[in-house]
Amino acid sequence: MRTILFIIQKEFLQIFRNKQMLPIIFVMPIIQLFVLVHAANFEIRSIRLDVNDMDRSQASQLLQQKLVAGDLFRIVNTSATAMEGRRSLAEAHADVALVIPHNFERELREGKNPVVQVSVDALNGFAAGVSQSYIAALVQEFNAEYLAAIAAAPRGGGQAAAIDLSSSFWYNRTMEYDIFMAPGILVVLITMIGLFLAGMNIVKEKESGTIEQLNVTPINRVQFIAGKLLPFWLLALGELSFGMVFVKLVFDVPFLGSIALVFAAAAIYLVVILSLGLLISTVTETQQQAMFIAWFIMVIFILMSGMFTPIESMPDWAQSISRGNPVAYLIEIIRRVLLKGAAAGDIAQQLWVLSGMAGGVLLLAGLRQRKSTA
Amino acid sequence: MRAFAGFVRKEFRHIIRDPRTLLILFGMPVIQLVLFGFAISTELRTSNLAVLDMSRDEVSGAILDRMRDSEYFNIVEDVGSEEDINAAMQAGRVKLGLIFGPGFAGRFSSGDGAALRIVTDAADPNTARLLQSYAAAIVRQFQREQLNAPETPGMRIRTALLFNPLLQSVYMFVPGLIVVVLMLVSALMTSIAITREKEMGTMEVLLVSPLRPFQIILGKVLPYLLLSCLIAALILVLSQTVFALPFNGSMLLFWVECLLFIFTSLALGIFISTVARTQQVAMMVSLAGLLMPTILLSGFIFPIENMPLPLQVIANIIPARWFLEILKGVMIKGLGIQQLWTQTAVIVFMLLLFTGLSIRKFNIRLQ
Amino acid sequence: MAENAKVITADKLTKRFGAFTAVDAISFEVGAGEIFGFLGANGAGKTTAMRMLTGLLKPTSGRAGVAGYDVFTQSENIKRRIGYMSQRFSLYEDLTVYENVRFYGAVYGLRSETLRAKIKAVLEELDLTHARNTLLAELPLGWKQRLAFSTALIHDPAIVFLDEPTGGVDPITRRQFWEMIYEQAERGTTIFVTTHYMDEAEYCDRVSIMVDGRIAALDTPRGLKQTFQAETMDDVFVRLVRGPKSSVEAGG
Repeated sequence: MRTILFIIQKEFLQIFRNKQMLPIIFVMPIIQLFVLVHAANFEIRSIRLDVNDMDRSQASQLLQQKLVAGDLFRIVNTSATAMEGRRSLAEAHADVALVIPHNFERELREGKNPVVQVSVDALNGFAAGVSQSYIAALVQEFNAEYLAAIAAAPRGGGQAAAIDLSSSFWYNRTMEYDIFMAPGILVVLITMIGLFLAGMNIVKEKESGTIEQLNVTPINRVQFIAGKLLPFWLLALGELSFGMVFVKLVFDVPFLGSIALVFAAAAIYLVVILSLGLLISTVTETQQQAMFIAWFIMVIFILMSGMFTPIESMPDWAQSISRGNPVAYLIEIIRRVLLKGAAAGDIAQQLWVLSGMAGGVLLLAGLRQRKSTA
Repeated sequence: MRAFAGFVRKEFRHIIRDPRTLLILFGMPVIQLVLFGFAISTELRTSNLAVLDMSRDEVSGAILDRMRDSEYFNIVEDVGSEEDINAAMQAGRVKLGLIFGPGFAGRFSSGDGAALRIVTDAADPNTARLLQSYAAAIVRQFQREQLNAPETPGMRIRTALLFNPLLQSVYMFVPGLIVVVLMLVSALMTSIAITREKEMGTMEVLLVSPLRPFQIILGKVLPYLLLSCLIAALILVLSQTVFALPFNGSMLLFWVECLLFIFTSLALGIFISTVARTQQVAMMVSLAGLLMPTILLSGFIFPIENMPLPLQVIANIIPARWFLEILKGVMIKGLGIQQLWTQTAVIVFMLLLFTGLSIRKFNIRLQ
Repeated sequence: MAENAKVITADKLTKRFGAFTAVDAISFEVGAGEIFGFLGANGAGKTTAMRMLTGLLKPTSGRAGVAGYDVFTQSENIKRRIGYMSQRFSLYEDLTVYENVRFYGAVYGLRSETLRAKIKAVLEELDLTHARNTLLAELPLGWKQRLAFSTALIHDPAIVFLDEPTGGVDPITRRQFWEMIYEQAERGTTIFVTTHYMDEAEYCDRVSIMVDGRIAALDTPRGLKQTFQAETMDDVFVRLVRGPKSSVEAGG
């Protein structure tokens, strides 16, 4: 135990003395939190419209006003021909091109169904889908309002609604995308620390030869692994605390569930990641190799984690693969606990799986860690 | 010239002798392409639904049948209270709930407005919004049919999805992947390779050799140039054969623009290596300063228009942002140089800038 | 001076890497308190042999014991009884003098009071007390090497293995270093040292010379010079290493 403490002390001394790595450890996360949350999200905040209004009537004006009333749509161009609209999509000046037909207003008043042509730049399939559904919703509102406004006058049309349909968006009433992303970004933060720093730390001792000196000492495997992993475990948990305060203050993420539960889950998760870092260090000789492998693993973990795109949207085989992805479990846990107020019982299964992974990878890494070579 | 050829041969050998790194360089884009093409999708598949039905009559039953028949919903729980829906969502078992108010059939036929509430798990706001709109559409459709209502008046929209009618994510990711890989190989690998030479002291040996300084740099970057082209070609071939991605523009323009971007990245890599003293610094600067922005701020995954203004401004100084627009234009939209000259001009400007800076830095170091 | 107790024994100790035999069935014994020089050209197998004795490398075959423990099965016991100073400088450059010594002392399980006393003694002996908070990276190489030696001795090991301890060090520091080695041997510590410098070989009680993985000669420096009828150890070494080749030339 005493030996472990001295190894930890030594690691901390080295971490805090490295003038190049220190900013990377402590400043990078802040930048990451800011940039990632703001850049890395699929929230559609702005859709640029190109409008070709052939009717130029009061109704067509109202439709345009309706569209830009929220902050979402912005008319960036008014074109005179359908070709022109297509061109602004091709050259990426606009995301959606509308063509409002002649006689738009007259047909509306006559109770007909004038057709507005909506062309969407679908290159980004997701954004296209969202724009489409936003427009559909706004058009529905427009129809209801416009028809109600003219209903009094010519035709007493619209029947009473048979179904009174209402919608509630739970856990995120204002539909803030930041709140959805923040837990994922916390996970990325601590994963970086675990995978990169821990892995590269041991490879660095290999590269500089100091590992030899350690290997002739009576330090045993458990002491070595504990002494090497604990500092980064603590560091990552410290970073998590920092990140939690940050997302609370800056993004006002609701903390519905138990914060202790989040830390407990993260503590188990970090054992998985740190052991993986250790495993990488046992199969690599240089920091460059270690970094490449860590990067490779991390990219795949994050892409398959459900951080950006729901795991449920993946095909079955990919879903099976993501069952082996620790990142997916922790993101799921944090989202459920913080945003939905899940209790330990609700996430028991995930916790068990993570614990199993932690035990397995640690054992594997421990077995591969040798003081002598064959 | 023979000395130069020998030097280039040595550089190639360095790369080929590290099969692990080579495997990652070629394997990474392939695996990512497969993931983006087959696994990662934003299109919704079947979502689980919980029902709280306070009426249990023929109308609510009919609506539930409609839900069941649609490809989007799978009714997994029939619960007794709103709290049960909450619990099911907390445990991650369902994504949305339908709450039928009391006396549903009666109010439906009398036109009193039978209450139906759609509750979605908006922890993921985008998915929630989509699910809500799908469910609402099914309900409205049902209502229209039941009431035998004549076509309601009001405008209709006809949507055309241009360039990617099936909304496949590969369309977006293939150009993005090419950009990231070119940046990774040309800038990151180059900067590390040259810095390693400095760190080991072998740069001094090369500098006193008959090789001219620009030959040394050229010899160092040539293998990476070739490697970049090979990987770009690999991605292109895979995207056409496996994913049937169309290629609507000019192949010549594609490669000219690729080379332009590769040269810009190489210049960046060289510039970093003139500043960094150790491999680790070169690595970190390349990762944080080049690769991260390329992935996050180029519009590869996340649309630039959705970012806050400061990030949009920063995005403009990232070469990848401009190159990505070019690639999308050439590959998918079939644009020619007439439409893409602005972006091309920006990249040429950056290329000249970084080359100039590197040469200055390098000369200072030599004196 | 050399007592009869044998603290290192090697019997046909062999290490093969694939088809290449780095150490080929070497046998020797080292007595307690002896300064045992282990010489050989680059690549002769010195470091490999030393790494096997210190438990860093698993031998392929043969037998060896260090401090009464078996190299094959009891390497962890051996590690408590030996000190090691590797060829590459291997204290932490980014830790201070004091932090390095304290770390290794603690790793060998020295208790607080003993540790404190030991650190004090080491720093005083090396005249480094004023520099206790200096980063290792800022010390001259000679000082670092002497510190590494003292650190290797912090737990009073029975045997200390030194792998080319004076490589790249100036002559004055080398002399000081050897004074430290003598002092330590006086106290009864066995010294197992590899070196390139033939003048250093003269300081050893006994010297073995390795050629191509085998021990080509083993005797006191005086005995070796007599056997090979050489003036200096340099000549002995050159004759042994060039030996086979010159005999071929002579025969042809």
